Amino acid sequence: MSYTVSMTVNGKAVSGDVEGRTLLVQFLREHLRLTGTHVGCDTSQCGACCVHVNGTSIKSCTMLAVQADGVEVTTIEGLANGDELHPMQAAFRENHGLQCGFCTPGMVMSAIDLVQENPEPSEKEIREWLEGNLCRCTGYHNIVKSIEAGAKAMRGG
Amino acid sequence: MYDFNYHRAESVADAAEKIKAAEDGKLVAGGMTLIPTLKQRLASPSDLVDLSGVGDLAGISVDGNTVTIGAMTTHGAVAASDDVKQAIPALAALADNIGDAQVRHRGTIGGSIANNDPAADYPAGCIALGATIVTNTRELSAEDFFVGMFETALEEDEVITAVRFPVAKRAAYMKFPNPASRYALVGVFVAETDGGVRVAVTGAGQDGVFRVAEMETALSGNFTADAIEGISVPDDDLNTDIHASAEYRAHLITVMAKRAVAAAG
Ligand SMILES: Cc1cc2nc3c(=O)[nH]c(=O)nc-3n(C[C@H](O)[C@H](O)[C@H](O)COP(=O)(O)OP(=O)(O)OC[C@H]3O[C@@H](n4cnc5c(N)ncnc54)[C@H](O)[C@@H]3O)c2cc1C
Ligand code: FES
Ligand code: FES
Repeated sequence: MSYTVSMTVNGKAVSGDVEGRTLLVQFLREHLRLTGTHVGCDTSQCGACCVHVNGTSIKSCTMLAVQADGVEVTTIEGLANGDELHPMQAAFRENHGLQCGFCTPGMVMSAIDLVQENPEPSEKEIREWLEGNLCRCTGYHNIVKSIEAGAKAMRGG
Repeated sequence: MYDFNYHRAESVADAAEKIKAAEDGKLVAGGMTLIPTLKQRLASPSDLVDLSGVGDLAGISVDGNTVTIGAMTTHGAVAASDDVKQAIPALAALADNIGDAQVRHRGTIGGSIANNDPAADYPAGCIALGATIVTNTRELSAEDFFVGMFETALEEDEVITAVRFPVAKRAAYMKFPNPASRYALVGVFVAETDGGVRVAVTGAGQDGVFRVAEMETALSGNFTADAIEGISVPDDDLNTDIHASAEYRAHLITVMAKRAVAAAG
């Protein structure tokens, strides 16, 4: 069956027709062509599809588009201010927090949510928080460093 | 995933009616178990009835010696609740250790207990603390509610509305997580309640969560880790799978129970 959904994505009002089974990530990627949000596993494990719904990080491969009717979504495309990267994006770039980059959008979205909940996370807290974000390349070390730096920058220095 | 009709319930009564009216309806809460199940085509309901719009199903309240958690309360909300942390810290810690942050932001207590995964955490907490499961039609003790692996006493159109936990004198939960999934390979919840000491084990039993009477008796006289040192659960009814043998699980039960007793103080 077809349903019309409306939501705010990266500050813009959008709407579209979806099936009951359309996932939020499909709506973002295929309907809105916001392909920064990735699908790594499609089994709710890897976190590549992480976006913010009403300000909190969730796995967009495990939420239906119809469930997101009326919400506010932020994706990786919504972070930068024009040419100026979000401090967390900049920190990943400066600290070599990525190799192939496939996991990176999810990592960045997850990391920003961590800093919202815990502005000064310890290394241990960062590693625990990344439980739901898998990376096949980096060995996580530089991701953790990036998040430490990003958190500091988000605190304003 | 096969397609289905989607409905948003306005109230608990509306949810029950919509489920009844559907050919093969299913409730959806956080979707963290149901959506992966639909993707695998292990279920193909004709209709999904979403509980997320039923406002009064989410929330936590404390009244005297009872903590009531609405069915749609997320694991993240339980973990962060000052009320739960103060009244039953072991329960807040349990919720904080479920899956990962994104799972905790969506997954709910109602969905977790309705699913009764043999490796889920909440069933151990409900049994050990002597919780009451409240539905739209009745109230059940946790022991009557959890029937077997992925099986509960719920009727087709029955909706869990809340879980009521009596405050324990002391309690702790220790889980040995599967390193990949974070589900419990073995988890043991120990509580000293007004009704005596209770020890509940998840992750290990072929029929899901179960109590260990021998440990409960030993701890009633002497609430120390030493008191249960020599007690082990026979491995006949424990699971063997790719993650661990029944023998290893039996070993872990004693280890986790001792740690839980020590942590409960
Ligand atoms: C990566 C990952 C890791 C996880 N790790 C853990 C873990 O470590 N420990 C753990 O315990 N769990 C874990 N889970 C499961 C998680 O806790 C789920 O949130 C939970 O099992 C289901 O809750 P839900 O709200 O998402 O329910 P849903 O998926 O929406 O529903 C599950 C079932 O419950 C039924 N249902 C839902 N609400 C009600 C209600 N109010 N009344 C009656 N029936 C209802 C549904 O019809 C469905 O059959 C994990 C899940 C994932 C994806
Ligand atoms: S694609 Fe969503 S968790 Fe992996
Ligand atoms: S950088 Fe390649 S998966 Fe993380």
